[in-house]
Amino acid sequence: MKFYGEGLPGVDPANLGGKLIVVEGADGSGRSTQMELLKDCLEGQGHATVNVGLRRSSLVSEELNVAKQGNVLGEITRSLFYATDFADQLENRIIPALKAGFIVLADRYIYTLMARDIVRGADRDWVRSMYGIALVPDLVIYLRVSPSQLVERNFRKNATLDYWEAGMDLGLSRDIFDSFMRYQKLIQKEFSLMQQEYGFHVVNGNRSIRAASREITARVEALLGI
Amino acid sequence: MKTSQSVELPGKLIAVEGLDGSGKSTQLYLLKRWLELRGLKVFFTEWNSSVIVKKATSKGKKRQLLTPTTFSLIHCTDFADRYERQILPLLKAGYLVLCDRYFYTAFARDAVRGCPRAWLRNLYGFARHPDLILFFDTPLSTALGRILSGRPQLKYHEAGMDMGLASDPYESFRLFQERIYNEYLKMKDDCSFITIDGSATIEQQQAMVREIVSSSFDLPLYRWRTIT
Repeated sequence: MKFYGEGLPGVDPANLGGKLIVVEGADGSGRSTQMELLKDCLEGQGHATVNVGLRRSSLVSEELNVAKQGNVLGEITRSLFYATDFADQLENRIIPALKAGFIVLADRYIYTLMARDIVRGADRDWVRSMYGIALVPDLVIYLRVSPSQLVERNFRKNATLDYWEAGMDLGLSRDIFDSFMRYQKLIQKEFSLMQQEYGFHVVNGNRSIRAASREITARVEALLGI
Repeated sequence: MKTSQSVELPGKLIAVEGLDGSGKSTQLYLLKRWLELRGLKVFFTEWNSSVIVKKATSKGKKRQLLTPTTFSLIHCTDFADRYERQILPLLKAGYLVLCDRYFYTAFARDAVRGCPRAWLRNLYGFARHPDLILFFDTPLSTALGRILSGRPQLKYHEAGMDMGLASDPYESFRLFQERIYNEYLKMKDDCSFITIDGSATIEQQQAMVREIVSSSFDLPLYRWRTIT
């Protein structure tokens, strides 16, 4: 494996035997469902897997959850807090698991973090260099779902739209529905820009769970040479 | 984000750098008192003191959860919080902002811990360069002597124990500080540090500091405007 940038001091990516598979997509894109199906499929075939996601580090996840409740962090501070959370999981969960030959399933990765930062005005090069610590995954699945579908699925699940997933902190609109639509479009635009550069495998998530799952499984099996 | 940095702000940013025990905090305190007593708008901030980030930092340090990268990122987060909420707004409000350590501390320490220098510089790329950087160049033995003379309880990271330089904390601290000192010397010219001879007396050093500050800035500009 290799790093996007300068990497991590003291870590030789050549010693990492496992596979890193990332699933990206907005809330309501079917990400979690697809992650579970993929896990079942891999474990059924005898592969050991580990799940990682954002805001789950032992170092700062608590603080991030508190900060999420109130809008107390500045833009740069929040970016760095998320980067710290990511780095902590990368070093303490992802890398040890890869060393041990696990398949690491990442429920979102640096792309979501970068897109969120950039949409909020962060400097592209700054963000990119910061995440030069990240490992290049073996596969990135991007579940693309139209904003109107996302709204429908979010309402079906929670009957409400999440403040942050609606990008309300950006002040795009005081109306949460309107803000959600605009924010998701901005995020998707960022993902389209990254798609080429980072080689995402785009899966049309507007289709049924089963259809999307079939495509993802096939792609993963090809990667693993099954 | 980067374009805003070259814009002149009404306030001025003054940073001090140097080893632990170099005397920089004492000197900055005396400078602050002098400026305050002259009726100027002064704000003081020190490294590693953001309230929001502090809990995570101390937790990480206590449980030894930190790697060179997370150590670096969490200190940068701390700095960013102080920068976004205090340093930058106060500069816009025309304050003389005094920083006990600035990003050069991270450049030195984190590079010693193995973080790539280019990555570090980019990481702190959001922050303005100080208008004046005073580097307290105290001989290593003097600085070490001041810290170690009381045989204090050195903290794990403070002593650089995470790098495995030595199993004895005092020896580790010596080696760590020496490496940091060398990093400072490497930056000294590129980053236009103004060097203060840390072996001079406190009074001599302070006289020099005040002289430099008053010749660098038009101090009356930073007076309180409020009529009392």
